[in-house]
Amino acid sequence: MSIAKPKISRPNLPRNSQGLTRRDYEGGMSTLCAGCGHDSITAAIVQACFELSLPPQSVAKLSGIGCSSKTTAYFVSGAHGFNSVHGRMPAIAAGASAANRTLHYIGVSGDGDSLSIGLGQLGHAIRRNVDMLYLLENNGVYGLTKGQFSASAELGSQSKKGEKNDHEPIDPVLLALSIGATFVARSFSGDKEQLVPLLKAGLMHRGFALIDILSPCVTFNDHEGSTKSYAYVREHLHTPVAADYIETRGEIKVDYGPGEAVTVDMHDGHQVVLKKLDHDYDPTDRARALGYVQEHIARGEHVTGLIYLGEGRRNFHERHQTPEQPLNSLPYEMLCPGSDRLGSIIKRYR
Amino acid sequence: MHETDTRDPDYFHRVVDCQWACPAHTDVPEYIRLIAQGRYSDAYMVNRASNVFPGILGRVCDRPCEPACRRGRVEEKPVAICRLKRVAADLRDDITDRLPQPPEVRNGKRVACIGAGPASLTVANDLAPLGYEVVIFEQFAKAGGLMRTNIPSFRLPAEVLDEEIGYVTGMGVDLRLGTPVRSLAAMLAKEGFDAVFVGTGAPKGKDLRLPGRDHPRIHIGIAWLESVAFGHTETIGENVLIIGVGNTAMDCCRSSLRLGASNVKVMARKPRQFFKASEWELEDAEEENVEIVINHAPKAFEVVDGKLVGMRFEVMEYQIEGGRIVSERVAEEVLIPCDDVILAIGQDNAFPWIERDLGIEFDKWDVPKVDPATFQSTRPGVFFGGDAALGPKNIIWAVEQGHQAAISIDLYCQGGDVGQRPSPAMRMQSRKMGLKEWSYRNDYNPLERRLVPHVSLKERFKQLNIEVELGFDAERAAAEVQRCLNCDIQTVFYAPLCIECDACLDICPTDCLSIVPTGTEEEIESRLRAPRRTREQGLYVSAPLKQTGRVMVKDEDVCVHCGLCAERCPTNAWDMQKSWIDTPHAEDVPRCAK
Repeated sequence: MSIAKPKISRPNLPRNSQGLTRRDYEGGMSTLCAGCGHDSITAAIVQACFELSLPPQSVAKLSGIGCSSKTTAYFVSGAHGFNSVHGRMPAIAAGASAANRTLHYIGVSGDGDSLSIGLGQLGHAIRRNVDMLYLLENNGVYGLTKGQFSASAELGSQSKKGEKNDHEPIDPVLLALSIGATFVARSFSGDKEQLVPLLKAGLMHRGFALIDILSPCVTFNDHEGSTKSYAYVREHLHTPVAADYIETRGEIKVDYGPGEAVTVDMHDGHQVVLKKLDHDYDPTDRARALGYVQEHIARGEHVTGLIYLGEGRRNFHERHQTPEQPLNSLPYEMLCPGSDRLGSIIKRYR
Repeated sequence: MHETDTRDPDYFHRVVDCQWACPAHTDVPEYIRLIAQGRYSDAYMVNRASNVFPGILGRVCDRPCEPACRRGRVEEKPVAICRLKRVAADLRDDITDRLPQPPEVRNGKRVACIGAGPASLTVANDLAPLGYEVVIFEQFAKAGGLMRTNIPSFRLPAEVLDEEIGYVTGMGVDLRLGTPVRSLAAMLAKEGFDAVFVGTGAPKGKDLRLPGRDHPRIHIGIAWLESVAFGHTETIGENVLIIGVGNTAMDCCRSSLRLGASNVKVMARKPRQFFKASEWELEDAEEENVEIVINHAPKAFEVVDGKLVGMRFEVMEYQIEGGRIVSERVAEEVLIPCDDVILAIGQDNAFPWIERDLGIEFDKWDVPKVDPATFQSTRPGVFFGGDAALGPKNIIWAVEQGHQAAISIDLYCQGGDVGQRPSPAMRMQSRKMGLKEWSYRNDYNPLERRLVPHVSLKERFKQLNIEVELGFDAERAAAEVQRCLNCDIQTVFYAPLCIECDACLDICPTDCLSIVPTGTEEEIESRLRAPRRTREQGLYVSAPLKQTGRVMVKDEDVCVHCGLCAERCPTNAWDMQKSWIDTPHAEDVPRCAK
């Protein structure tokens, strides 16, 4: 038996500049376990796309394999989509992005898809600064195969049956910082106030935006002894930078005391305003960010918020001079310059 | 803001908008589900327990339930509750063996009911099975009161009336027809009743004293309808004017068409937004080509050579601001020709047969002072109900006042305090059957409201008593029942189980749920995910949640009871539970076993 979310909605739902309601950005009904953090992330994506007034057909959803990778079916049903093989989503995204840079790419992956089978793919997508929003729905276990530890499980974290994990975890935030990512954030599925602005900023970022989202697995990893349960995450959240705030071109209306806020200009004239809760923290300083996150990991804490933002590094398109226009709209003669031109290129390598 | 106390029966009762709005608190969703299961007789009995006359009310109830219906808040039109009630009555089997019966041994108490209308019949219905000897005095040769005299038979067939009145009188009630009570003093002195209930209605139609009023072709609406009902009036002129635009006016204009009038105008003093008639009664009249003329204030009856030739009106112009008339002026004067005029501008109580020295106090409008909770007059042991009590309302109010008066009479006769009334109670029971399985249809059905078929305009005027509405057949009823949102299947929250995963918030199709920091009501309202549209609807606030101390808040306004919050809850913090609101009747008055 299946259930469906009825089409009925609250009367007079607000509409965005596309004339759409939030409900218009929904997708199919989730078949994940009830209470899965991933479903909350899906709802946050719906909210972010609605608030940014993205035309649904301007969004491309990509994923690999796993619980997380199923979720692309659950938002923006009017978007383009590609469900790739396990761990290979970054390659597909890079290819798609190269062929059509006008779309907003949202890659959804999990800790298994990204940190085990797809670790190499993820690393190189970061390194190449592919223009996409990469969401890592991180629950520390392999949910689809009954809850074995994943590569992100903390040392000493316990499984549902009580065994302790004796491997060091791979932390995607540290990984991304260390190999030059330009937008690195961590958030929590149970905190949409933080997550939605991060998603919006990530979608607007030109380059690779990684958001590692702690997303508790209610079925296999929401017990005492878990370091990725709803209760543990809530108790151990540490947010040095809050109110990750995005404002369209206009004036910034929020009042911050001196030294409290950092304003970062985005490529299209938008701004992200970061309110510092920890005065010593500077989200534009990569080295210090790296040290800060490591310090807090040592204390068993999850640092959340926009951890590092370095606008300006060349992204995939700039480096490879990809055409502004989608390849599918280029005339055949431009796409295929002919055998004479091919011959002259080959000649250069003889 | 404190945690909402859902143990108070009123909280969940308010969520069931139709039941809350119904004066008799009929368990509407319950009987609609029974209809959906084809259990028409059971549906009828659920109705009968609270409103006593499902067949009658399924045709002519004023339906306060329908404007209240939640479906009307998420879609354009409410569930056709009233028409479904009629389905239960029309399609049921014989239920006579399920009716309460008087006990073999009576309790020795005698109660007189004056007037055989819905209020008195309800009193009899409630008291006879408890062992009371109930005597109903009726001036006319048939029982029913205004249901028979004022509601035309093309809306309410006599057989329906006879059958449902028969259920009550069949409980060993002594119905004395053609027996008007001419003196209450004499009755109190001689007849040995332990209590008297006055359910004589509001039998006096309001008059309009204008020049020319005494002409015999000018009739008073309710008296004229009564005369039609008993067959004393069988014709009317070709051109008829009805003065007034309430439901009586609608019955007068439609009856006129059936007695030979071809040109009937309903003359209204004010614009349509001020009409008193129910919207559906206006529609039914207009379907029959009755012309409703607005902004005409009556000035004089025009009588020439002893013949009524027409009526003079002042054509009014109103300035309306915020739904209220702020100024008016007369634009011109017109004469509208006619052969008959029927005045349908309201009705009053009349108690010429109640002596003023009996200890029953009357107020400045010459209406007896009646306690609105107990329905007792200022003389203990004399009770009023229905239109006789607090002024003209409609049948369903008369029924409820009858129920309340019956409780009072029972308490009074048992030597209790009529103010110490049994309280409403509530029962709850989960509707969870298994994973993704609930014992009610929780999927939202986007069907539009079904229309009730009518007898064709060509056929319906052939006889006075051809019932115009045909009622839903089983097929239409089966579709309409799916529109009911099952508001009595409540969303019940248990805060200690919640892990704040947001699953319920994310799935709710109408954004009813929020998890917010607690605060004052205003602060909580300002934090909701969707703004609260009205304070008329409940706002549920949970106890603090264990992980963050925030509270779960539910705005009941547009919840469609789809159960998805409970479906997607990993810890069963949400459950869907059927609520039964037990509205006490006389049978629930505690009595000592003797």
